Amino acid sequence: MEAKALDFFIMCVVAAGFGLAVTASVCGIAQTLGLRKAVEGIARNPESSGKVTVTMLIGLAMIESLCIYSLVISLILIYAHPQAGAIAALFGAK
Amino acid sequence: MEHPYLFFVKLFEWIGLAHFAHAYPHVIYSWVVMILLIVVGSVSAKRLSLVPAKGQNFFEIVVTGIEDFMVDITGEEGRWLFPVVATVFIYILTCNLIGLVPGFFPPTASLNTTASCALTVFVFTHYIGIKYHGAKYIKHFLGPIWWMIPIIFPIEIIAHLARVLSLSFRLFGNMMGHELVLAILFFLAGAFLAPLPMMAMGIFVALVQAFVFFLLSIIYFSGAMEHAH
Repeated sequence: MEAKALDFFIMCVVAAGFGLAVTASVCGIAQTLGLRKAVEGIARNPESSGKVTVTMLIGLAMIESLCIYSLVISLILIYAHPQAGAIAALFGAK
Repeated sequence: MEHPYLFFVKLFEWIGLAHFAHAYPHVIYSWVVMILLIVVGSVSAKRLSLVPAKGQNFFEIVVTGIEDFMVDITGEEGRWLFPVVATVFIYILTCNLIGLVPGFFPPTASLNTTASCALTVFVFTHYIGIKYHGAKYIKHFLGPIWWMIPIIFPIEIIAHLARVLSLSFRLFGNMMGHELVLAILFFLAGAFLAPLPMMAMGIFVALVQAFVFFLLSIIYFSGAMEHAH
């Protein structure tokens, strides 16, 4: 039964890894879309460069925060899973 | 991830409060930030002159920059909010930045500090709403169409609670992630100065995250001040 407890923790780490990988890729694409339009705006109107840059940075930070949420979940899964002790006891004690 | 070497924690160990210091480094370093800000602020404001000297000049630039930016977004009626948000902004910025000094731990890398800042903003948002609108503040949560209230009201409540979560987790995740990456790079290739590019990015991330927290706070405040749909 200890093997099943190990399986649980292995699955936790795998889920953390894949979850973060998917989130980071989609976040990268999303930031690319925002960045692309911001650079086009600056190219079309160089005088608005200051405002466009500030707005772009704010938008990038908001999109990045979604990736950060996923990072926090992954960290919780790997390092601080709340039911880790209970599940280990459940599988190990049997 | 071993516990890093922190100067003020060592200081508290010498005093004899080692257990407290090891369990709560974010509290100790938030005290450090508070003392730093109070000392620098009071020294700069000691002899206010019409033509400002160095410290007063620096703080005038910072304060007028933040105030002009804030009034740009909230309008003139939001000028009285400036002390709260500017304090939150400068406090979070300093907390983020002292993490870059070797031997210091950024208080915002702990969820407790960021959640406290987010809760302050959340409570103040509702204080503004009740102060400006009284009991009619509930109309902000009800939406424009009266028969959709049973759907919209819980969604609005959850959205408001999600603001606390998002504000605290965004700041915590950025700072904690940065600390983790620094620790891992230091462990992997510390002798080759591998963490240095990450510390350069850390300055950028510190500024941007403090600014985003500040910007979202004033957007929430102006949303509470304006009339409902």
